[in-house]
Amino acid sequence: MAVEAVSTTLGSAPPPRRQRLLEDERWLAFALLVPTVVLLGMFIAYPFIRGIMLSVTNSRVGVEGEFVGLANYYKVWNDSIFRTAVYNTFFYTAVTSVFKLALGLWLAMLLNRNFRGKAFTRAFILLPFIIPTVLSTFAWKWMFDPTFSVINWTLYQLGAITGRINWLGDPDLAMASIIVVNIWRGVPFFAISLLAGLQTISPELNEAAAIDGAKPWHRFWYITWPLLLPVTMVVLLFSVIQTFADFQIVYVMTGGGPANATHLFATYAYQIGVGTGLLSEGAAISLAMFPILFLVVIVQLLYIRRVEVR
Amino acid sequence: MAQVVLKQINKFYDSVHAVKDVNLQIRDKEFVVFVGPSGCGKTTTLRMIAGLEAISSGDISIGGQVVNELAPMDRDIAMVFQNYALYPHMSVFDNMAFGLKMRKFDKSEIVTRVNHAADILGIQELLKRKPRQLSGGQRQRVALGRAIVRHPQVFLFDEPLSNLDAKLRVQMRVELKKLHQRLGTTAVYVTHDQVEAMTLGDRVVVMKDGWVQQVGEPLELYNQPANKFVAGFIGSPAMNFSTVTVTERDGGLTAVNGGMNIVVPPHLVDRLKPHANQQMTLGIRPEDLRVANGSDPAGLSFDSKVEVIEQLGSEILLDVRVGDGTMVASVEPTTRTKIQESLRLAMNPARLHFFDAKTEAAV
Repeated sequence: MAVEAVSTTLGSAPPPRRQRLLEDERWLAFALLVPTVVLLGMFIAYPFIRGIMLSVTNSRVGVEGEFVGLANYYKVWNDSIFRTAVYNTFFYTAVTSVFKLALGLWLAMLLNRNFRGKAFTRAFILLPFIIPTVLSTFAWKWMFDPTFSVINWTLYQLGAITGRINWLGDPDLAMASIIVVNIWRGVPFFAISLLAGLQTISPELNEAAAIDGAKPWHRFWYITWPLLLPVTMVVLLFSVIQTFADFQIVYVMTGGGPANATHLFATYAYQIGVGTGLLSEGAAISLAMFPILFLVVIVQLLYIRRVEVR
Repeated sequence: MAQVVLKQINKFYDSVHAVKDVNLQIRDKEFVVFVGPSGCGKTTTLRMIAGLEAISSGDISIGGQVVNELAPMDRDIAMVFQNYALYPHMSVFDNMAFGLKMRKFDKSEIVTRVNHAADILGIQELLKRKPRQLSGGQRQRVALGRAIVRHPQVFLFDEPLSNLDAKLRVQMRVELKKLHQRLGTTAVYVTHDQVEAMTLGDRVVVMKDGWVQQVGEPLELYNQPANKFVAGFIGSPAMNFSTVTVTERDGGLTAVNGGMNIVVPPHLVDRLKPHANQQMTLGIRPEDLRVANGSDPAGLSFDSKVEVIEQLGSEILLDVRVGDGTMVASVEPTTRTKIQESLRLAMNPARLHFFDAKTEAAV
């Protein structure tokens, strides 16, 4: 009886049209998806497509330009600075990633222990990550300054050097310097993410392994490392993408110098596209990153999936 | 050859005194169960034996050797954890083989031992699977398998059955007992379930607040509990307690409260005499109560009013009101009674317990 009564009331007063539309799952899904599609389209798809279109023209600042095919790519390919930038980017990414992973993992394992002031230390570790990169990089730039360098001063006082080291003036030292800053800035991200991963591993597993006769190194290698691997791969993926496209540290520290020795993809693209005004060539340089990053992402995502399925 | 001896063991966590002066000799091949409510120190004691917790003071020896300073791996023990602690990324075979690999056993020896253990536990066909493809009971078996392949001197069990459903728990309990009879390895088992303690233990250690309350064989604990806590903890449903005043009357003793007037049986009179005119706690187990018939002496029976009837099939549990307290009585399944009905219950005089009202020690 009650059921009947309810259905009669519903039948006698149909809901307004708008409400009925929202009850249709296809419409609802569409309505919920629209904001995302608009945002992604405006801020990712459009710039990306515009970049591709730019890179096949000869437009400059103030000049619309015409279609020139792959001429820009051809030019870039034969540009020795571009080649240096490619090499630098790979070198920079590889070296910093290895150090960031190693140091971050080490810090994460330390922070995963119980000690007094644990919460405070964890927050403190995050500092390099929180400070705006440009600001902290300026501070580093001072530390590497040939005249005012606190590093030179310390080494001099310790008697390790007699003259000044021109950190940012020597191509190799400049590369080493920006690598140091990138590591300093990136380690907290690794440490905190890996710490979160470590905390999902039950301490009982380590205890069980200890009773099973595994020494600390074996416990890390057979238990902790494989269980942390999915998290490690995700963190590494993010870091590689970010480092590969890094801009701020190099731009502030060296501006790509000395003599274009520390250019990365992003700084060189900026210099050509915005600094020199050759928009289409800059776009071509930026887009040269795309296939490489795409490959990195595919490989790592496939690997993560395999690890997770295990 | 592996007796485990605990001598004056204490454990402090900062200001918390978790384990207090525990002394215990676990004999070779014995199955000893630590039981008590959560936070009583039983798991901490087990973890100190395993070497996973440092000992604050005292000595632990395994097989005659003091192990205080030895790492877990050097104590020749195996432990089964509450959550099994199987390595999730390894197959069942690798889980069981891990301890042997770490100890650098021959490949062929590892295969033989793992297969043998898998046979004993009936998990031969699961060896290639990952832990998450197993049911709770199967994981439990793998955890057991990991412990037995090593042929350790001592097995340590930390509430290994508490994550299983009730039916499986009973089944695994029986299997554990069989396994112990077959292997004869000294075992220390921690549980909060007194039924597990009673059924598995050669001896049971009851703990509370870090203190050992009583050590004894299961029936000893049931029949002669050392204090009110043990009396109430062992046995299900729990023992009934009521506060009584012991008074001298007619040359004998009588325990009196609002609803009862019990003549103290002769075998208890001498022990209770010093407590005359004092308050005491009278304890009687539900199974030692029955419906009175005409021939029961008035001094061993009392009136009650039925409040709740629980039909269990093999018995009936009656929650009854006696004076201003309540009691549970386990009566014959054929008993006919109704809620709010008056019922006269009789008690078995041989099975009365008296406890000092202040110290709670058995008298």
